[in-house]
Amino acid sequence: MSEAGETPRRIRTYHEVADANAESVVEQVVDQRRRLRERLGRVGRIVAIGSGKGGVGKSAVCANLAAALAATGRAVGAVDADLDGPSLARMLGVDGGLVRRADAIEPAIGAAGVRVVSMDLLVAEDAPVRWRGPEEHGFVWQSVMETSALREFLSDVAWGDLDVLLLDLPPGTEKLARLIDLIGAPHAVLLVTTPSEAARHVVAKSARLLKDRGVDRVGLVANMTSWSCPQCGLVEPLFPDDGARRLARDSGLELWAEVPFDSRIAADTDDGLPLVLSAPERPAARALSALAERLVAP
Amino acid sequence: MKFLCIDCDEVMDYVERRLPGDGTMAVVYACPACGRETAMLANPMETRLVSGLGIEVGGRSVPPEPLELVRSAIEGADERTPLEGTDGAAPESLRPGQVRWSGDARDRLLAVPSFVRGMVKRIYGEYAAERGIEEITPEIMDRARTELGLEGM
Repeated sequence: MSEAGETPRRIRTYHEVADANAESVVEQVVDQRRRLRERLGRVGRIVAIGSGKGGVGKSAVCANLAAALAATGRAVGAVDADLDGPSLARMLGVDGGLVRRADAIEPAIGAAGVRVVSMDLLVAEDAPVRWRGPEEHGFVWQSVMETSALREFLSDVAWGDLDVLLLDLPPGTEKLARLIDLIGAPHAVLLVTTPSEAARHVVAKSARLLKDRGVDRVGLVANMTSWSCPQCGLVEPLFPDDGARRLARDSGLELWAEVPFDSRIAADTDDGLPLVLSAPERPAARALSALAERLVAP
Repeated sequence: MKFLCIDCDEVMDYVERRLPGDGTMAVVYACPACGRETAMLANPMETRLVSGLGIEVGGRSVPPEPLELVRSAIEGADERTPLEGTDGAAPESLRPGQVRWSGDARDRLLAVPSFVRGMVKRIYGEYAAERGIEEITPEIMDRARTELGLEGM
């Protein structure tokens, strides 16, 4: 600090000196972005599948959409971005693992030929994801790690030419924001939810965020909207007052699909065979297949 | 981040990065005008934050490897991914003078955090090259650690 009466000495700011020599950190970040852009440049459409809350069937929806699209001959990739609760590889019946090549990782192959990357394929089964680092400050650096991990899943995997790349995001509105920071606005975002009162506020937050970030194509997927009696075929709503449509109206989103509850979704998908392949005639499978076609419609 | 020598009003140059193995990092900068050196000392949390960006302060010593952050930063994530050549494909051909890494040695190298792996790989590579060793194995790594005093690497 200068003495009283003296003119404070001038110290140049970062921006005044930033071009004085090469900034290697910036170069590395630029190179990361370049590799990401090149890899995603071979993808026709990127569709993010998110939810404000967990346990709404988001991954099962993702697995079925991927299988439905792949079954029609399209090249489909699926990224399980839920690092802490990965399930997509199992749901897509992945047999085998990832293979490392010189400059990329070959994705695993799941049902109907879907190319899959998931933390499930990197850590031992049932092993929790444990980040190496100082645990007492994990909250500071783990979100950075998670975003970098997603970047690597996108840029370091030899996806090849894809018609559609589906991103199964972990629950939470901020996950959508991080994704947009990383890759820009995807071609479409699906918000999966159950039509409950509790879900309404969460969906509205996500809808607001996506609107603010310039994402135009956002579809609401109301999961487990109704139940069909296997004996008599009677269809009963699981939530009162036509919850799905009310949810769409309140959140300002378009309702792209209503998927009825079907116990076989969980059973078959857990066995690695998505319902759209195992029982395509069932109402839930038909709803998911129709949604898949909507994603690739012109 | 820049370091400015206030007396000279010069941006200091990156000199070297040191990773003592306790999760911290030291980065040395020097003034190109007066030669004064200063060290930036980062605590484990700051060091992890930097490595979490997938960058190396001072520039990369080796090209990035696929999924290097995930595989180095998550416990067990480097155990299930076969390396090139182990799936029946031919391993990469080696350039003249290049040292080959055995599969076991590569596995061990992948367990090293990404932000220090390049330096570790280079040290072992130089050790092998200087002694005319064509392939680095875990045994060679052990020998190098003992001879070079690299315990913990």
